[in-house]
Amino acid sequence: MSKPVQLRGEVLDVRRSGSYFVISMTAPGIPEQTRPGHFLNIGIGGEDSSMLLRRSFAIHQVQERGMYGGTLEIVVGVNGKGSQWLADRKRHDTVSVVGPLGRPFVLPKQPVACVLVGGGYGSAPLFMLAEQLRERGCRVDVVIGAATEDKLFGVLDIKRLASSLTITTDDGSLGEQGRVTDVLPEVMERHDAGVVYACGPMGMLAAVAHIAGNHRAHSQCSVEESMACGVGVCMTCVLPVVGDDGLTRMVRSCTDGPVFRGDRVRWSDVGTIPDDVVGAPQVGGH
Amino acid sequence: MTRVVFASADPNSSDIRAVEVDMSTDLGTLELPAPVLTASGCAAAGKELDQFFDITELGAIVTKSVMLKPRSGRATPRMAETPSGMLNSIGLQGPGIDQFIEHDLAWLAQRGARTIVSIAGGSVDEYAKLAQRLRNVPGVAGLEVNISCPNVENRGQVFACHAGTAAQVVQAVKRFADPKMPILAKLSPDVTDIAEIADAVVRAGATGISVMNTTLGMVIDLDSMRPALAGVTGGLSGPAIRPIAVRCVWQIRQALPHIPILGMGGIRSGEDALQFILAGANAVSIGTVIFNDPSAPLRIQEELAQALAIRGFTSVSEAVSFAHRSATAEVGVEVSEEDQDGQ
Ligand SMILES: Cc1cc2nc3c(=O)[nH]c(=O)nc-3n(C[C@H](O)[C@H](O)[C@H](O)COP(=O)(O)OP(=O)(O)OC[C@H]3O[C@@H](n4cnc5c(N)ncnc54)[C@H](O)[C@@H]3O)c2cc1C
Ligand SMILES: Cc1cc2nc3c(=O)[nH]c(=O)nc-3n(C[C@H](O)[C@H](O)[C@H](O)COP(=O)(O)O)c2cc1C
Ligand code: FES
Repeated sequence: MSKPVQLRGEVLDVRRSGSYFVISMTAPGIPEQTRPGHFLNIGIGGEDSSMLLRRSFAIHQVQERGMYGGTLEIVVGVNGKGSQWLADRKRHDTVSVVGPLGRPFVLPKQPVACVLVGGGYGSAPLFMLAEQLRERGCRVDVVIGAATEDKLFGVLDIKRLASSLTITTDDGSLGEQGRVTDVLPEVMERHDAGVVYACGPMGMLAAVAHIAGNHRAHSQCSVEESMACGVGVCMTCVLPVVGDDGLTRMVRSCTDGPVFRGDRVRWSDVGTIPDDVVGAPQVGGH
Repeated sequence: MTRVVFASADPNSSDIRAVEVDMSTDLGTLELPAPVLTASGCAAAGKELDQFFDITELGAIVTKSVMLKPRSGRATPRMAETPSGMLNSIGLQGPGIDQFIEHDLAWLAQRGARTIVSIAGGSVDEYAKLAQRLRNVPGVAGLEVNISCPNVENRGQVFACHAGTAAQVVQAVKRFADPKMPILAKLSPDVTDIAEIADAVVRAGATGISVMNTTLGMVIDLDSMRPALAGVTGGLSGPAIRPIAVRCVWQIRQALPHIPILGMGGIRSGEDALQFILAGANAVSIGTVIFNDPSAPLRIQEELAQALAIRGFTSVSEAVSFAHRSATAEVGVEVSEEDQDGQ
């Protein structure tokens, strides 16, 4: 088990990649504990910032040792004020970091064929995953997609780690026009994939889990729910997940996820309290 | 617990000395080695925060409000960030009292953390049953009664908003709880006269007051042009509400000079905590700021020791209610009754 640490990281570099900002920073104590799928929580603004809630980012790369000791990289897509503040950091600025957080991807014991699916910046955690799967002798095929070419992340780098790379864009600006889920069935069939790993928007994850199920493949999906604490104390980040006992519970995506088995998440019920969930309001009750 | 801090007793001097500050305090019969606690719902049952600091160093852990049965809570989105704060509408998701006792409370007891159990109910009877269920359970140092809950038997009216219903709940808890158990009634600021509610719950048997719970707020999402929270309205917390909370503590202290008060609402630093203590709080809870800084409770406790020492206080108890002293009074002078109308 990893034990999260809280520290001030020094920004070493901020570089552009398409529409994203790749930020590398010092983070002693985090790299050696990081597994693919772990995330960080980053404080926005200074000590008196009016943006109180930390923002979550997948850990993209780590380096345990080097000139600066332990360092890591995140990939930031500007979404609102908090991510904009982060993208505006300069070399030598410091940021408050908590991590590694969450449950990472589960890796197969056998050398099965795996397909990795990333939507937008969702490809960020797949690089480390691809490396580790290959070390285990797994075949790794990658599918990444985004609305437009500039919203694809890491096309050239992930190509080196993958046996094959398929790209989709909604507007056809690069790769095939369409969505990752349009090409996924064929990629799975071609290589007889046993496991699908996915990170991206909820709609994409739901579709990936469905396709994996149709192919009798196992799926591991990294979800993105709004989080207030990221460390398991507030209960804001819940979604309905079926447990080993067959019962559905509202579980915390920050500590029980963000990676879940695709066949366990009740995708179409996300954002609701299903009637049969443990502790659901009784008719006429609260 | 005594903390040694380095500070100058005279603000005009650069002479820095080691000063001992006695951080112990009490909430009536509940004696605490330190004055900083966690706020209910912002620290779960302590286990997660123990990864960041030693939770046994705090005054106590106040656990997430627990109900009789397991509860799923409300639909998501459950939160929205607001300037220096947030809105939440969690809906008291929790495992129910039996699981709570078996897992959470057992862990806290084994860890050696003092624990105040927060209870919540949808009816007076539910509170009574919870109080009874917690009788003779090891590891319960006190009860905090979260009365900011809708009464399912009366059109969802919140117990905390009327002196009568607030008192009914506290009376039931008092009757069924261990007779020696400290009982803190946790008040909502969304009332016309908070001192009146405080007085009613104390008459009903509360041994102290926790104040304040969140205040009701709302955010509209401009993309969907609908309420941002699935629950429509939510509780506002964080530094944005701090002045309201300090005011509540002040008014209750004026009305009830001797009742123990656990103050909370937007505390982010030791100096913020000191404001509450000077206004009349005997101890403070840290809530939303934990989401910003998971080490906040212990950090704030250390900053508070410093903030006290800098101002020449050698104990927490000397500083409690100090802002109520008369204009001519100096450090350590008792507050007299005549000075307390404060208009
Ligand atoms: C586990 C996890 C991993 C993530 N990994 C990455 C990543 O690698 N790269 C990346 O660019 N983004 C990632 N995100 C999304 C990122 O956290 C949000 O884009 C960011 O919080 C937006 O903050 P903001 O202030 O710019 O936007 P605002 O919309 O102003 O944020 C307001 C509030 O809503 C929350 N929020 C808004 N959008 C999201 C979102 N999409 N997901 C979760 N919370 C949100 C914010 O945390 C904040 O509390 C991840 C989210 C999660 C939960
Ligand atoms: C996410 C969240 C959950 C909360 N849950 C509870 C709860 O279960 N019971 C309770 O009495 N108060 C609850 N509160 C209120 C806090 O305990 C506290 O009274 C309030 O937030 C003000 O303090 P703060 O500004 O330091 O957070 C909750 C607050 C938040 C932000
Ligand atoms: S974000 Fe607080 S419990 Fe998950």
